[in-house]
Amino acid sequence: MPAVLSITQGLTVDYYVILSSILFSIGAIGLMTRKNMIVMLMCIELMLNSVNLLLVAFSSYFNQGDAQIFVFFIVVVAAAEATVGLSILILAYRNKRNIDADLFNNLKG
Amino acid sequence: MILELISIILGGMTIGSALMVILSKHPIRSVLYLVITFFFISGHFILMNAQFIAVVNIIVYAGAIMVLFLFVLMLLNLNKVDERKTNHPISFTAVIAGGALLLVILAALKDGITFTNTIVKSDVGLVENLGTLLFSKYVVPFEVSSILFISAMVGAVLLAKREKQHID
Repeated sequence: MPAVLSITQGLTVDYYVILSSILFSIGAIGLMTRKNMIVMLMCIELMLNSVNLLLVAFSSYFNQGDAQIFVFFIVVVAAAEATVGLSILILAYRNKRNIDADLFNNLKG
Repeated sequence: MILELISIILGGMTIGSALMVILSKHPIRSVLYLVITFFFISGHFILMNAQFIAVVNIIVYAGAIMVLFLFVLMLLNLNKVDERKTNHPISFTAVIAGGALLLVILAALKDGITFTNTIVKSDVGLVENLGTLLFSKYVVPFEVSSILFISAMVGAVLLAKREKQHID
């Protein structure tokens, strides 16, 4: 299978370091500001995907495929995590009829 | 040079749609903007000639996980439930903390950022090379991940099952 692009000159790995740091920070800000539990899970997915972007950039830079295998395993673990997280969320919705994260304060002292 | 321009425009659109994920009020709009963000990130993967990861990202993330989120949102029927008003001091503090996180990451890496480390053409992201690597060097983690999947499946069924079921 030939390469889609014959050249990748002009892309720097520094640009991807900055881009994935910005995406990770956006995910962290969303995780802290939003109250809806499903949006919080989505922000976790965004942070995972920014890390994937950085891993693929360094894998292409060093010309070694191991990091892309790690990205594959991160996708697998994220799928399992999303499944269990969403079923916990359905369980929480059955308790309070709401998925606002502030309502679940039974353990507060 | 044209490739650099494409990557910068794509990066700007990625950041914009990621911001819309956390800024939009309705959760379904957040899910759709997150799908758009994943498509943009797959565009970055194609620019770096990582074709396998780009396709896996679209199929698994945008196709399976995000549809799962969308189905759960529809099942929960949250249209009546309005999200509580966000506490303004808390969100202000969160934005400050996130900005400080970004600042710390970039300050820790600032000596390495020189914009001279160009990515040269590499063929490691093609399906043939990654498949050889996955089934030779990483075959044991690949098999262990199937155990992880079946435990997650059993756990999800066990958690979401309704209690007080009486079998007559």
